[in-house]
Amino acid sequence: MKNTIAERVYDFLKNYPPFKMLNKELLTTISENVKILYFETDTKIFKIGEPVDDNFYIVKDGAVGIYSAEKNTLIDKCGEGDIFGLRALIRKDKYKLTALTHEESIIYSISSDLLEEIMRNNTEAKEFILKSFATDNNTPETKDLALDDLFADQKSSFVEVQSVQYSENPITCTIETSIKEAALSMSQHKVGSIIITQNEKPIGIITDKDLRFKIATGKFGIEEKVGKIMSSPVITCNKEISIAEAQLNMLKYNIAHLCITQDGTNDSKLIGILSEHDIVLSYGNNPSVLIKEIKRAKDTSTLKLVRQKAQQLLKAYLEQNVDIVFISNIISHVNEAITQQLILHALDEMNQKPPVDFAWLSLGSMGRNEQFLLTDQDNALVFDDVSEKDYQKTKDYFLAFAQKVNDKLNQVGFEFCPADVMARNPKWCLSVTEWKNQFNHWIVSPTNEKVMLCTIFFDYRMVYGKHDLVKQMTQSIYHSIENFEIFLNFLALNATQNPPPLSFFRNFLVEAGGEHKNQFDIKARAIMPLVDAARLLILSHKVGNCNNTILRYKQLAKLEPQNAELYQSCIVSYKNLLHFRSLQGIRKGDSGRYVDLNSLCKSDKLRLRSSFKPIKDIQELIDVRFRLAHLR
Amino acid sequence: MFGSLFKKEYPYFWNQYSNHFKEKKELNLKNARFVVFDTETTGLDIKNDRILSIGAISIVGNSIDVAHSLEVYLNQEKFNAETVKIHGILKTGNLTKFSEEDAVIQFLNYVRDGILVAHHVDFDVSIINKALSRMNLPKLKNKRIDTGVLYKKSLPYTQTYKHFGLDELCEVYKITKHDRHTASGDAYIAAIIFQKVMASLKKKNENLQLTDLFHTERREGLL
Repeated sequence: MKNTIAERVYDFLKNYPPFKMLNKELLTTISENVKILYFETDTKIFKIGEPVDDNFYIVKDGAVGIYSAEKNTLIDKCGEGDIFGLRALIRKDKYKLTALTHEESIIYSISSDLLEEIMRNNTEAKEFILKSFATDNNTPETKDLALDDLFADQKSSFVEVQSVQYSENPITCTIETSIKEAALSMSQHKVGSIIITQNEKPIGIITDKDLRFKIATGKFGIEEKVGKIMSSPVITCNKEISIAEAQLNMLKYNIAHLCITQDGTNDSKLIGILSEHDIVLSYGNNPSVLIKEIKRAKDTSTLKLVRQKAQQLLKAYLEQNVDIVFISNIISHVNEAITQQLILHALDEMNQKPPVDFAWLSLGSMGRNEQFLLTDQDNALVFDDVSEKDYQKTKDYFLAFAQKVNDKLNQVGFEFCPADVMARNPKWCLSVTEWKNQFNHWIVSPTNEKVMLCTIFFDYRMVYGKHDLVKQMTQSIYHSIENFEIFLNFLALNATQNPPPLSFFRNFLVEAGGEHKNQFDIKARAIMPLVDAARLLILSHKVGNCNNTILRYKQLAKLEPQNAELYQSCIVSYKNLLHFRSLQGIRKGDSGRYVDLNSLCKSDKLRLRSSFKPIKDIQELIDVRFRLAHLR
Repeated sequence: MFGSLFKKEYPYFWNQYSNHFKEKKELNLKNARFVVFDTETTGLDIKNDRILSIGAISIVGNSIDVAHSLEVYLNQEKFNAETVKIHGILKTGNLTKFSEEDAVIQFLNYVRDGILVAHHVDFDVSIINKALSRMNLPKLKNKRIDTGVLYKKSLPYTQTYKHFGLDELCEVYKITKHDRHTASGDAYIAAIIFQKVMASLKKKNENLQLTDLFHTERREGLL
C-alpha cells in the first residue's frame, strides 16, 4: 500500500548516515516505522537518570542540545540529520545525558530493534553508530572507571572500532569437573574465569564472581560439579569484534567475559576469551596501561615518555571536569610507579646490595598524593640503624644511591628541589634513630624554620622499602607531640600565618613585588592554608596514615560531627582550588602557582572567590581552639 | 419508549464504530487521539463531487506513528479532468483502488472515536457524511477541530476575520510543502500545523484544556 508520509521520511533519511549506507528495503521498513515527534523550544526529550527509551532519535527539523550532568554543560548540538540517544543500544539502563530542544523541533524516533537490525545488516553503518555511541558517552562524570577509560580522549582516535586483543588458549574444563578442581585450575593459571566446553564448544562459564556468590556463601559444596553453578549459555562473538562492540555486549548482558569462537556462534570451536580487563588494556592512554608500561620500562627516557603521556591524560581529565580525587589517585599512582621503577634501576646500577633495610620517602605534595604537575621533587631516605663503625660506610652507600635516584627523577622531569630537600642531601638521608631525634628536636624547640620543616616532612609517604622503619618514625612523632603538646600551637600559628586571600575591600591579595608582582599566589594564599590546617587538626587527633588533605578533612568530619559542615566545605573548596591550579599549570606549562587575575574571566574569579570562605572559617576555628591570641 | 421500533438495523462495521462512543472516557490533551485527515475530491460540490482519496494520521501526545496511518484511493465513476492537475490522481492509475464503500469502512475502522482534525474540516466531514448517506448510514459522530479556526484562536482578536488557507499557514510556520494536494501529504502538513498551533495556544494559556479546542460556530453535533 502506498504510504506517502513514509516516502517522505525515506527521502529525508537517505541523505544522512547511517541510513544512507543501508539498502532500499531496510530503509523503507525503517521509514514506515518511524514515529514523528514534535517538541516545543526548551523541552526535555530525555533526562539524565531516566530509564532509557526503547528508541533513538534523529533531528528532522530544529536543533537539540545534549547536556552532561547537573552542571548542564552543553557537550553537543544536534542539527538536521544528526542522531542522538544511542544509549538505547544498551537496554535497561539509564540516560547519562540530557537532551533539550533549542528550537522548536521535529524529531524522528526509531526503535532499538530496528537499530540492531541496521547494525546487523551493514558493517559501515554499524561502525558509524558505534563511533557515535562512543562520542555520545564521552561524558566526564561517568563514575564507572572502565567506561571512563574507554571513552576518555577517544573523540579523535576511535580506537574502539579496532579489533580487540583477546586471550588465546583459554582455560577450560568439562561439565563433569568438580568445582574444586576448576577453582584449582583457575588459581594455577592465575585467571579469573574458566570455560566449560563440550566437543571444544563453549557451553558455560564460571568466574571469580560465581565462586564468591555461589561457593563462598555455602550455597553449593566444592565437590559438586561445575554444571551446577556455571552461567549458561555463554555470550559468544567472533575474533573480529571491535572494542566498542565488545564493551556494548558486556554492558548489555551485564557480564565481564565474552567467548571468542571460530564463527562467532556458541556452536563452534572456542578459540579465546575476552574479559573486561582486556578491553581496558586495549587503550593506550589509560592508567593501568601506563603503569604496565612503567613496570616494563628499561631506561629513563622511556619513563620520561610515559610521564608525558600521563600529563596528556591529566589534561584530558581536567578539561572534562573529572573528579579531582579520582585524578589525583591516578597521577599519584603513576608518579609512584615511576619512582619505584627508577629506584629499581638505581639499585641495579649499584655494585652491591643495600647493606641494611631502607625506605624511600616522598615528601610534601607528592607525599600527600596531591602532585599533579611536574613540580620539583621532595624526598628523603631512612635506613635501619647500624653500628657506629659501619655508619659512615652505610651512609655513603645510600647517599650514592640517592644521588642516582634524584638524577633519574630529574631526567624524567621532576626538577631538583631548590631548597635541596632531597635524599641525596646528607641532612635528609639518615638512620631511623637519627630521624627520630631530629623530629623530637623540631617538636620540642619549634622555631619558625623548624616548624616549616615539620610541615614538609610530616607529610611523608613511603614509596619503596621497608615499611617498619616508617612506622617507627610515625610513632616517634606522635610520642614527641604527646610529651610536648604546645608544639601544636606553634604549628597552628604557622598554619594561620597566611590570612584569607581577600582584602577588606573584597579584592584579591596579590604579590606586592618581585617577579610575580600583582599576581595572585594561589599556592601560598589559598592551597597551603587548607593543607596546613588539615595537617594540624589531624595531628591533634593523633590519626596516623592519613596524609591526603581531602582524606584528612573527611576523617575530621567524622571525628568532629559538630564541625562536619565546615570540613565538607573545605573539601569542596580544596578540590576547586586544586583543579584550578592544575588547569592553569597545564595551560601555561608551569606549576600554575601564580595566577594573573587580569587573565581570568568573571566566572573564574567568582569561583575562586567562593573557595576562600572556608579558609577564613577554618583559620578562625584554629585560632580559637589553639588560643593563638596568647602566642601572637 | 417507541425508540426501539424505529431503530434501523446497521451493518456490523457501523455498530462497531458507534460502539466506540458509548464508553465514557476521561480525555485530556495528553491521551486524546487526534486523527488528522484530508480528502482529495473531484471538486468542491458536496452533492455531486466524489472522494478520490483519503489520507489520515493520528497524533497522541506529541507523537505521530507513521506505521499507523491511513492512505486509501477510491474507484469513482465520476471523473473531473479539471482537478487532475491539482491532485494528480488518474482515473486508471496503477494505484490499488477501493470501492467507496470499502474506503469508508477502512476510514471508520481507522478513526474510531478519535477527534477529527482537518483544514476546513467541515468540507471533509460533509463529503464523507454524503458518502455515508449513500450507504444509508448516519453521519460521523466524532468531535472535530478545524486547524484554520484553531489558528485564529492563537491570534489577537483583531485578526480573526481573516481567512487562512493551508498554503498560507505553511508560509506562517515555514513548513515545506511536500506532497501538497495528496490526501496523505495534506494530512501530514495539517498535523504539523496542528501541533504548532497547539504549542502557541499553550504558550498563550498554560491551562489549556481539550474542551478549549472545539469551535463554537456551526456546531453540528448539538442540533
